[in-house]
Amino acid sequence: MDAVKTVDLQAIVRDSNVTEVLDQLDRELVGLAPVKRRIREIAAYLAVTRARKQLGLEAAAPSLHMCFTGNPGTGKTTVALRMAEILHRLGYVRKGHVVSVTRDDLVGQYIGHTAPKTKEVLKKAMGGVLFIDEAYYLYRPENERDYGQESIEILLQIMENNRDDLVVILAGYKNRMDTFFSSNPGMSSRIAHHIDFPDYSQPELLSIAGKMVGAMNYRFDAEAETAMGDYIGRRLTQPNFANARSVRNALDRARLRQANRLFAGVGEGALNVTAEDLSTLSASDILASRVFDAPDSAERT
Amino acid sequence: MMTNSNQRLTQGQFSFLPDLTDTQITAQLEYALKKGWAIGVEYTDDPHPRNTYWEMFGNPMFDLKDAAGALMEINSCRKTFPSHYIRVTAFDATRGVESPTMSYLVNRPAKEPGFGLVRQEVDNRAIRYTIHSYATDKPEGERY
Repeated sequence: MDAVKTVDLQAIVRDSNVTEVLDQLDRELVGLAPVKRRIREIAAYLAVTRARKQLGLEAAAPSLHMCFTGNPGTGKTTVALRMAEILHRLGYVRKGHVVSVTRDDLVGQYIGHTAPKTKEVLKKAMGGVLFIDEAYYLYRPENERDYGQESIEILLQIMENNRDDLVVILAGYKNRMDTFFSSNPGMSSRIAHHIDFPDYSQPELLSIAGKMVGAMNYRFDAEAETAMGDYIGRRLTQPNFANARSVRNALDRARLRQANRLFAGVGEGALNVTAEDLSTLSASDILASRVFDAPDSAERT
Repeated sequence: MMTNSNQRLTQGQFSFLPDLTDTQITAQLEYALKKGWAIGVEYTDDPHPRNTYWEMFGNPMFDLKDAAGALMEINSCRKTFPSHYIRVTAFDATRGVESPTMSYLVNRPAKEPGFGLVRQEVDNRAIRYTIHSYATDKPEGERY
């Protein structure tokens, strides 16, 4: 009796250490449930593709170009970096580096400048991931002589012909990306995965703030944590709120105030500070923010 | 001398071997990239051994991570100059080195006429020798 040829799917996953990256993703990134689910799906799909290859079930290389849409500060760039790592571990891209570009790096200033510029960036990205931030800027419908179109055409060609060599990830705000895709149907159809990044809720942002403070080697005291929650709740309702990025900025300002408070303390006779003092953010550092005294004024950045 | 028995130009690395395949070129490119060398593509239709400086096809490729990008450039050069000599160079930019470290042909014309020996009679009937590429008798662009 012929033994049915089998492939150990678990072994593929184990050998590639991909679960480690996925767990790290779960641990370090707060919220983003739909994004994480989609990334797990892609990882599983790539593992299955590899198993199929081992059994001789050849299939064309899957197209893995992606589009990340979402509001500012929802973690698009961070996820793109992790994505490169996952793709590298599963052997889909050879080197696993990320080349992060915007319109300026792709589009030239005069005739004949765009093609070499775009090609140079693409050559650097080969073997890794090309991350195009604010991708909708590439297409400027109001100027029909804009060189962005030329850049898009080269991108499309490479995305199709060098599918094994690089993965392109486009990122941008949801509505503007939708406009971009509707005017570039070729681009839309070549991107297999559209991933939408949801906004964070207030508890999620507070937990992000906790992680950021930890990473900076600071900590909140008890009242400061409550104050931060309060701050985020107020800040959420104000215009120009940029999710995690706003939280980071708020923390940077709180550190500034803490330094100032310690400095003022020296003048008043407290000569020695402990490591504890240097790394504690107190409620007063956060409550001094303009968000609290003028609830309806424009946000300070 | 410069032309060996099978009428093939022998300049640079691997030139006595059969032409490199794309897989072999990729392996060589990977080696250069691993060493941190910049890859350049150059072409000429005047392969005289003293013609050191060939025309560059685009800029040297610094900051490349993977050979696929360089191979793309080589293929586009082959498409533009299908019957020229094309060579790939690797450049070591380390301070104090700053010189080419690899050089090998990746494209050659189908027919290579080779080089002839030129004799020049000078003072007192002494003879001076030099070599001359048959191809360069024709104007540029019609040589191969």
